[in-house]
Amino acid sequence: MKAAVVVFPGSNCDRDLAVAFEQAGFDVSMVWHKDSVLPEGVDIVGVPGGFSYGDYLRCGAIAAQSPICQAVVDHANRGGYAIGICNGFQILTETGILPGALLRNAGLKYICRTVDLKVETTNSVFTEGYTAGDVIGIPIAHHDGNYYADAETVAALKDQDRVAFSYVDNPNGSVADIAGILSENRRVLGMMPHPERAADQGHGGTDGTAVFRALTGIVATA
Amino acid sequence: MKARVHVMLKNGVLDPQGEAVRHALGAMGFDKVEGVRQGKVIDLDLAAGATEADVTEMCEKLLANTVIESYSIEMV
Repeated sequence: MKAAVVVFPGSNCDRDLAVAFEQAGFDVSMVWHKDSVLPEGVDIVGVPGGFSYGDYLRCGAIAAQSPICQAVVDHANRGGYAIGICNGFQILTETGILPGALLRNAGLKYICRTVDLKVETTNSVFTEGYTAGDVIGIPIAHHDGNYYADAETVAALKDQDRVAFSYVDNPNGSVADIAGILSENRRVLGMMPHPERAADQGHGGTDGTAVFRALTGIVATA
Repeated sequence: MKARVHVMLKNGVLDPQGEAVRHALGAMGFDKVEGVRQGKVIDLDLAAGATEADVTEMCEKLLANTVIESYSIEMV
């Protein structure tokens, strides 16, 4: 099983994400933002958290136009698996792989703490290791985590069971308490909270490991 | 040749920064402010031959996120 983690100037969760993939059993390669192709045979692409390109213009906007992101879009369009966490979620929405956008937190403050998330669906390789309705503790660390999509998009996400995680106590103003969403084919997950920071006993919690563990069962499609 | 692009959050999209500015103005005694929306102005220096259509393409692809933002272009 092969995973690739994209590294942008300003990424700071890339190595944490690589360790989480490794602990789940993946061979991990780090891919630089200027590369225009993913390593051959990659099963899943991880787009990590951080502040790509200094978050200039909008979070994720410039990263979404980088050479590697075109390769990530092509990978997703071919039915490849991908996970975007925090800044990675912002980047995936900017590329159009996932719907909506992330706005400044409603309270205007950067928030860094562990929050309770409710597992909304187990119908994805990212969430099948949980039980629907499980409440898990996962850290958040963001200034722009306020998920926004128009009413029609939110209704479609709910109708299609594509809300992966929601906040039990909404910290940032996200519409419908949404913390993470799935693509239409359920193979791309974007989420603001950091499961890779709750994937080792040393982190103080392992509620995030299931996100990575279940992935090892996926079939190579890329 | 220059172009000026105005990018604003769409109506209906909450603007917490604008709200904070409105609160601050109210606290300073400016009691006639009923709303504040904050946006961006982007000035482009363009080579001869660049058209408004080029700038529109730039807005659609990068300068604005049309999921949450609207834009207007002034060619000057």
